[in-house]
Amino acid sequence: MSSPYDMAVLGAGPAGMAAATLAAQHGARVVLLEESEAPGGQVHRAAPPGYTMPQDADRRAGDALRSALTASGAEQRMGVRIWGVGGGPLVQSGAAPVPFRLDGLSAGGQPFDLAARSLLLCTGTQERIIPFPGWTLPGVIGLAAATILLKAQGVLPGRRVVVAGAGPLLYAVAAKLLAHGAEVAAVVDLATPGEWLRALPALAARPDLLARGAAWRAQLVLKGVTVHHAARITDAEGDDVLRAVSVQSLAGGPTVRIEADALCIGHGLVPATEATRAFRAAHHYQPGMGGWVPVLDADFRSSVAALFVAGDGAGLRGAAAAPASGRIAALAALRDLGLLSEDAHRAARAPHAAAFARAARAGGAMARMMALRPELVAAIPPDTMICRCEGVTRAAIEAALDEGALTMNQLKQFTRCGMGPCQGRLCGEAAAELLARRVGGREAAGFATGRLPLRPVPMDALLGDFDYADIPVPAAAPI
Amino acid sequence: MAVIGAGVMGCSTALHLARAGMKVLLLDRGPICREASGVNAGTLTMQMTRAALIPYALRAYEMWLRMGDWCDGGHVLGTACPGLSVAFTEQEAAMLEERARIRRQAGAPIEIVSGVRAREIEPGLSEKALIAGHCPMDGFASAYLTGRAFRPALLNAGVDLREDCAVRGIDAGFTLDTAQGRLDAARVVLSGGVWLEEMAGWLGVTLPIKTLINQLVVTERMAPVMRTVLGVASGLLSLKQYANGTVLIGGGWQGIGDRTRGGIAVKPESFLGNVRLAAHAVPALREARVVRAWLGLESETADALPAIGPIPGVPDAWIIGCVHSGYTSGPYMGRILAQAILGEAPELPLFPIDRLLAQEKAA
Repeated sequence: MSSPYDMAVLGAGPAGMAAATLAAQHGARVVLLEESEAPGGQVHRAAPPGYTMPQDADRRAGDALRSALTASGAEQRMGVRIWGVGGGPLVQSGAAPVPFRLDGLSAGGQPFDLAARSLLLCTGTQERIIPFPGWTLPGVIGLAAATILLKAQGVLPGRRVVVAGAGPLLYAVAAKLLAHGAEVAAVVDLATPGEWLRALPALAARPDLLARGAAWRAQLVLKGVTVHHAARITDAEGDDVLRAVSVQSLAGGPTVRIEADALCIGHGLVPATEATRAFRAAHHYQPGMGGWVPVLDADFRSSVAALFVAGDGAGLRGAAAAPASGRIAALAALRDLGLLSEDAHRAARAPHAAAFARAARAGGAMARMMALRPELVAAIPPDTMICRCEGVTRAAIEAALDEGALTMNQLKQFTRCGMGPCQGRLCGEAAAELLARRVGGREAAGFATGRLPLRPVPMDALLGDFDYADIPVPAAAPI
Repeated sequence: MAVIGAGVMGCSTALHLARAGMKVLLLDRGPICREASGVNAGTLTMQMTRAALIPYALRAYEMWLRMGDWCDGGHVLGTACPGLSVAFTEQEAAMLEERARIRRQAGAPIEIVSGVRAREIEPGLSEKALIAGHCPMDGFASAYLTGRAFRPALLNAGVDLREDCAVRGIDAGFTLDTAQGRLDAARVVLSGGVWLEEMAGWLGVTLPIKTLINQLVVTERMAPVMRTVLGVASGLLSLKQYANGTVLIGGGWQGIGDRTRGGIAVKPESFLGNVRLAAHAVPALREARVVRAWLGLESETADALPAIGPIPGVPDAWIIGCVHSGYTSGPYMGRILAQAILGEAPELPLFPIDRLLAQEKAA
């Protein structure tokens, strides 16, 4: 392993780009690591080489962050998959602090590791989808997945599309679908118009976001798209692919069947906490911030020394708040490392703190629109698959709960829920909520212990070429 | 009777005592079988078992495979299959022959076979294998199911199971200071795995226990690549493919942790070494993706033999644990300890801790 970086930033969304840029501008040796081919994250996703995408506000903001990043001289490693995090305070070392260690696969599939004196996680979010009959049919995709398809390459998920779920992504996706020539058969929104109205005062601080949301809605009205408020998808039907979905009011009553060849659905976003859980950092359950989030101070320090978290992975506050959070965290890390004086830190921090507070207010209102709705979990029929990797139904989970599973780890052991390639990312929310109904809440249910690898990792790439004699086989066990 | 520690050994002891009519309290600071008993590699093998324990392991093997019969239908998906212990170098071959001979003398049906024959038994095996120890009586279990398998039987037998009920100490006459208040018992069994050292201390006994931080790796589901339990001469590989297609890679490679904080971090060097050894043995594993690695705490006494028997100088107090490859022998060890506690002659001898205490005093 080469000499340690001052800072490693994991995730090149708006928080990661801003943090790496600022740290490099202050002279720190920084490496920015990202799974995608280019920095940007989901909101500012760059077009792949050879594609020309229309310029919109998100893309312009992304381009500005990308330019600043490049100019800063921060080392960028794109297309890499970090599967291992370790070192740091986890390793007992006596007096000298041990650097963090990151293990990854390069863009070319070669294993590498690196060391860093501080680590800033900007890993963003993952999508929450609460299962319903038919949710595993081809043609049913996540709202966030749909934005990636549309943003990255202008690919439509289908010709006649139903958009359903919660939060601003609903209208963003519906508007993008219309802009790309798809037919939007309906928008099915869990929220009432009243809930949206109540979110408006917080959004007033960000007239740009408000205007954008209004424009999305206007396009739907213009195209005569029906919006079902306070309604949910009860069922997706089809044989090999999706044919139709059924919509029902949350208050009950008859269902409406809508023919469609694609359903884009999302029930909010959840902070990605694989790495902080793997580090055994303290977490707390904050439904208004997306669920379990790491416990952080005002400078985004976690409970683990020199480990910081910024952006939506620190708790949902939106893409507009993310750069400020990244900059605040980066400055604090530099101060802790002795690379920035107390006075310089204070002066540099102030404007970012103000920017964060302003943007976080609007982001917080949107995050609350995306909070988990327990009634969706309550409505899951017994034979509906919760964990698609391991084929675990709601009934199987309820049976394990009847048999005394008390925590998420135990539920996982009893049922294999979350043991497949999605590593609990897809099934975890519904399973946890089912457990929470029995044990009195999500805090009591807890969360599955973080495990490496952070993502499934191909053995062939990990192994590389080796000789048997080079394997450091430990001393034989006693006979 | 209060049994402190609801792993395999505590559960088996409690179950057998309760069925004999004793009023049993089984306590654990966490959920049932969530530590070593629930996160180990589930290997039911003679070729990684210490020779002195083979007679116990053979009996326990039958118990695991027929768990439903004696545990009210509870099961750990116990699977019988052949086991191979492989040598890739001349040095390993010599070690393998020596170890197979000693284990054979102890009653394990292990024969040495050529590399060619080994590949007939295990077509997935690398051509680099020189010879192998072959034991037709081998197999594996899904250790994560252990708690679920024991729980109903314990409750049916009338055991008062208290999960999430940490014991903080024991006062004279066995008053237990627990997270659910003070509980009185006439007798105690300490079955706390790596935490036995602290537990023995409650009774004024100094019993050093070493903690191993075993690291395990599992792949996502894949098409069948192997059908045996596979190890290497040194014992530092344990490899098997479950019916669901996942391949479990273990063998006692060490991660980072301690018994205060538990297993806290995967050691990347151990991770890589372990999976390289696995892929050397079964080349098709290169096609797999790893989905999870985890750590399990294993306890070991100074002589790496079990601590099972009465606690010297403390009437009505017993200890059970610290068996190398303890999962394999676990249910049988609980049964013989229960026999001894009930005043019967155990089918096979216990492993009293006097020897370990004497060593400690001499040191």
